[in-house]
Formats: sequence, C-alpha cells, structure tokens
Amino acid sequence: MNIFPVLPILVPLICALGCLAARRSLAAQYAIGIGGAGALLAVAITLFAHVWESGPAIAQIGGWPAPFGITIAADLFGAILVLMAAVVACATTIFSAGTIDEPRLRFGYYGLVHLLLMGVNGAFLTGDLFNLYVWFEVLLIASFVLITLGGERRQLEGAIPYVTLNLLSSALFLAAVGILYGVAGTLNMADLSLRVPALPRDVMTAVALLFLIAFGIKAAMFPLFFWLPASYHTPPVVVTALFSALLTKVGVYALIRVFTLVFTQDTATTHVVLLVLGAFTMVTGVLGAVAQMDVRRLLAFHIVSQIGYLIMGLGLFTEASLAATVYFLVHVVIAKSTLFLIAGIAGGLRATYDLKKLGGLYTERTWLAIVFLTAAFSLAGAPPLAGFFAKLGLIQAGMAREAFPIVAVALAVSLLTLYSMVKIWSEAFWKAAPAGAGPRDGGRSPGDAGARVSPLLAAPVVALAALSLLMGLAADPLYAVADRAARQLRDPAIYIEAVLGKRPAP
Amino acid sequence: MTLALAIAAGGLYAAGLYLLMRRSLMRLILGLSLLGQAANVLIFAAGRPVRGQAPLVAVYATAPSSPFSDPVPQALILTAIVIGFGTLAFAIVLLKRAHQAAETDDLDQMRGADA
Amino acid sequence: MTSVILSTATRFLLPLLLIFSVFLLIRGHNEPGGGFVGGLVAAASFALYAVSDGVGSARRALRVDPRDIGWVGVAVALASGLPRALTGGDFMTGIWHPHALPVLGKLGTPFLFDLGVYLAVVGVVLTIFFALAEE
Repeated sequence: MNIFPVLPILVPLICALGCLAARRSLAAQYAIGIGGAGALLAVAITLFAHVWESGPAIAQIGGWPAPFGITIAADLFGAILVLMAAVVACATTIFSAGTIDEPRLRFGYYGLVHLLLMGVNGAFLTGDLFNLYVWFEVLLIASFVLITLGGERRQLEGAIPYVTLNLLSSALFLAAVGILYGVAGTLNMADLSLRVPALPRDVMTAVALLFLIAFGIKAAMFPLFFWLPASYHTPPVVVTALFSALLTKVGVYALIRVFTLVFTQDTATTHVVLLVLGAFTMVTGVLGAVAQMDVRRLLAFHIVSQIGYLIMGLGLFTEASLAATVYFLVHVVIAKSTLFLIAGIAGGLRATYDLKKLGGLYTERTWLAIVFLTAAFSLAGAPPLAGFFAKLGLIQAGMAREAFPIVAVALAVSLLTLYSMVKIWSEAFWKAAPAGAGPRDGGRSPGDAGARVSPLLAAPVVALAALSLLMGLAADPLYAVADRAARQLRDPAIYIEAVLGKRPAP
Repeated sequence: MTLALAIAAGGLYAAGLYLLMRRSLMRLILGLSLLGQAANVLIFAAGRPVRGQAPLVAVYATAPSSPFSDPVPQALILTAIVIGFGTLAFAIVLLKRAHQAAETDDLDQMRGADA
Repeated sequence: MTSVILSTATRFLLPLLLIFSVFLLIRGHNEPGGGFVGGLVAAASFALYAVSDGVGSARRALRVDPRDIGWVGVAVALASGLPRALTGGDFMTGIWHPHALPVLGKLGTPFLFDLGVYLAVVGVVLTIFFALAEE
C-alpha cells in the first residue's frame, strides 16, 4: 500500500482539523487529542512492521516519479523515529488531560499538539530537502504557539529568543537549500546523494557547513544552544516534555540524514567538525545543568548535553557508532520525557520547581521516587538500564575509531550527569521538606500526604519508565533493530534504490 | 543580472543581521523580515534566472519553448514567502504582546523568563 | 476612519473582486491563476470591506467564522488526495472526468484540491487579518 508512509502525516492532520472543527466542545478535544495519539501509535507500529519486513516504504505524491515529484520515504531509521514520536505523543496527551487548564484547551491545545506531530513526522519521512524545510516550519509554528499559549509574561519573554533563533536558522536553511539547488539542480536527497560526489568539493563542503549551522541551531548544538535553556522552562511542563522529546531530535535527525546520505564526500572536514562540536555540546550542557537549582532548567541543560552524545555518534561515522546513536536517540527521548513529567508531578505537589524548596518526596511518594531513579540512572548511564547500553555502544565505537579524546569527554560528562541527577534526588526526594515552603497561592500545604496524584499523570510516567527499563533488559534485540537501521544509513544504496527505483553504480 | 542579485542579497543579509543584533523589538522584526527576503533573493539568483518565456507548455507541444526560466526556484520562493508571511505574522503578535506585558521595547529589560 | 468614498466604492468592488477570485480559481487549471491567488483576492476583498466598514461588518458579511472556512478548505484539499490513495495508487494522484464541461473545463480531483486551497487561504488570511485588526 502506497499510503502507508503518508499515514503518520495524515492522521495528525485529520486530528488537528477535528480539534479545530469541534473547538467548542471540551470533551471532543480530549477525545480527539488522546484518541488521535492512539491512532498514530497504531499507524506507526504498522509502518514499522511493514518497513522491517519489506524494506523502505515509498510514496510518490501525485504519482510523479522521484526526483521530479515530492517523495515520502520511510526507511528503518525514519520508521523508528515515527514510532518513538507516537509513543511520546500518547504519554504526553494523556498527561496533558490532567494538567492543562481549560483556557489553553479552549484555545486549541490538542490541535496544536497534533499539528506539531504532523510536522515532526513529515520531517522524519520526507525525501527532499525543501519539504524538510516546509515540515520544519509546520512544527515550528505549532511550537511557537504552544510555547506562548497562556500568554504569561515569562512565557512571552522566553519565547523571544526561541522564535528569533529558530527563524534565523530557517533563513539559513533556506539559503543553503537555494545554493544547493543552484549547484546540484535537485533537492531530492537520494538524487543528491548520487550527484554530490561529481560536484566541486569545496563548494559542497561550504554548503554542508551551512546546513550544519542551520540544523545545529535547531538541534541546540554548541555554540548555538542558548535559546533552549532560556525558553524551555517557561511553558507548562508537559509542553516542555513534548518539546524536549521531539523538537531538538528533529534537528539531530536532519543532521544524521544529511550527513549520512548527502554530504559524505569530505568527512575529514565535516565529521571532524561534528565531533568537536559534539564534545563541546556535552561539556557546556552538563556544566550548565550542574549550576542550576530549578528542576526544569536543570533538565533543559541536560537536553543540550545529551544532544552532544548523538552528534558524537554521527561524527564517528561508523556502522557501530550510528547503531549506538539510533539506540541512544530512542533511549534519551523516553528518559528525558519521563524526567520532565516527574518534575511536573513534583512541581504540582509542591507548587514550586526550586530544588531548595522541594523535599521529602521519598517518604511521601515512594513510587514516584522509584520511577525517578529508573529514569535518572538510565540517563546517567547505569547498568542494566538503557542509557548504559547506549553509552557503552558509543564508547566502544569511539575506541574502535581510536578517537580517545571524545571518549574521555563522554565518560567525564557521564559522571557529571550522574552528579546532577543525584542532586535532584537528594534535594527533591531525600531531604526533609523544608519548613515554610508553602505553595504561593495558599492552596495545599507542603507535604500534604492526602493529595492524590491523578492516574492521568501517574500512568504515562510509570509506563515510560517501564519502557526505559524494558529497553535495558531487552537491549540485545533492540540493538539488532538499531544495527539494521544503521546499516541502511551507512549504505545509502538501499535508500536510493527504493526512492529512485534504480541501483546506483558502485 | 546575477551580480545585481548577489549584491541585493548581500545587502539584505547585512541589513537584516545588523537589525537583528539591536536591542529594540521593532528592529528585531524588521531584521527577521529582511533575512527571509535575503534568502529568497539568494534562491532566485542561485536558480540562474534567464530572460525568456514562462515555462508553460503550449497546446499540442511536448516541451516549453526555449529559452525558459527554471520554474522550480520560483516555486520554492513562493512557498517560502507564504511560510514567511505566517511566521512573521506570529512574530509580530508575539512581540506586541511581550511589549505590552513588559512595558518596554528594550530586550535587555526583558528578564521575566529568568525570574 | 470611515470614508464615504471608500465605503461606497467597496460596496461595488466586493462582488466584483469575489467574481474575479472565482475566475482566477477556475483559470488556474492550465493558465496562471489557481486556488492560492484566487483565495488571496477573495480574502483581500473582505479585508477591504473591513478597512472601509469595520471588522464587525466584515465578519457579518462573511457570515461564517473564517476558522471554519479554513479547516473545511484543508479538509477538502485532503479529501481530494484520498480517492486514488484508497484504491492502491499514490496519494494525491489526480483523477479526471474524461469530458470537458463548458466554463469549468475538465473536472477532476485537482480542481477539488484547488478549491480546498482557495478556501484554506481565505480562512487563514482572514483569521489573521481580523485578529490583528481587532487588537
């Protein structure tokens, strides 16, 4: 069926339209918002199974053959990411039902979430660079509205660097696309992969670096990440969880796609630049996190440092390092969104996100503490959790390439990650609740053991943490999946043949 | 022709980036808008515009009559203009709201997100 | 800022511009024109009305919420792509009626797509314009 690869884009679009059409009914918002995420998950599982069984799924929109028409191409890497996005969508839409207030829902919160998902899935599946730009804009405009939804002053002021930097990056991306079209005469990525080796090398390297800057801003890579910690802590926590899981990862996806499929002719320049920037991203991100006392800002800096690991895997550019990157990407998305959602629950219980004012959660909510430990140690890379295997894979790949400096950086950053996770643990969970740290607006008193955490909040968090644990326990079969995705990335002939219908000459 | 377009694109980039680095919100908007236009001019120049026919296929013909301009860069620019219109409209509303909330036009005074 | 001249002129221009926008929409099959530019002209005509007689009057003249026009438009465009996709072809592949009709020309799903674009553009542009004008 040719419609398979298009469905992960169509389902969120239909849901977004449905939310807009039924904007007067709150019940319909919940039903379409959560039900749509469930439908997306079903579609994503089907697509993944299809791609796993019979190779990349291709749709030529309007029946126009590539490279002339618009191609939607789902290879294994794309299908994995679509599946991951659907899982996060399910968790966050359910969590939203318990936390998002009525004015935001009436403004079309769920419709915007689905618009965002449409953009994310479109970016994961598109086969040409201009449509990648278009999907980026779709998800950006949805994220712009989501980050400012509610219109609090801090949200608006936090959104300014976010909007400015992302629009700047889009302008650079567009310029790079224009120059590339002028030189290569095509924007279909499979077609580009065939043509780029014959084009002037220095021009291609310059264009590649322009793409690196444009995607680097979106992926929150050093030195262009400062917009992220300046804005991500301002919207409701569930929005931050969704953003941290998907937005920067789309930037990383674009980097991986472009630097494995198109720009591989000058790896001595481009991929070394990637490695160096990856190392700096890890270090600056984690150092920022160590200095923070606000849970959400601390976690926001960790998004940045984890991006560094992904860039490292891409920079090493071996089959093993790419497999580890794919595994790491899925792991970090799940671990990160779990941590943000836990922060949301903890912050909701205490009406503050300040670590100094949090406390006593271990005695009061033991289950939450255990879930936090699972996600936090997974992020820090402790066995037998998913993060351990992800980092192990990256470090082994680094050793095999004899890239010892970056391996040393990765290990050191791991320790600092553990340190800042322990900081959250000891401040928010272990120490006794500080006296006089009441909620700002005279609601519940601190340490109100009677307040129940709604199952709408608890269920997604526990499910995500269980998934994180499962990813560690079933690391072997999952690594086999990541391995096959990495093989397709490292050998673009499979992708090119699927898109263009002809096997490239070796 | 190409030289003129290149100079125009360069000028737009320079002006856009200069405005972007000012502290005033109004200049930020203008800078973003100019940057978008600079990218459009750049695509137009990179697409090798030629003087000639519109790339339309006449009745009973199988190919457009030569010389014709490559329509793809123009299609890209049209799409980019539409997208730019949407994002810019949002940015204007955002900055207007931020201006109302913070009662200042100076980005350095806007520190609400750090509180 | 009400001007008698503008207000009177708009009363004649509005229907003319709307007819012109439909003309552009239909012409768009084989010649320059199409749903996008047609939609812009239609939206501009209502925007002109809003400038001359106020946003409230323009909203009343439009009768429906522009957001509803927008989502119906996107839904129509989406639906135009489905028939061939559901029968095993590629999404958005055109299906044409074999015979040309007077005035409208050849009918097919691409016309439906253009119509959807027309409505979507009218809806989105007017939603933005009215919201900005009412600020």
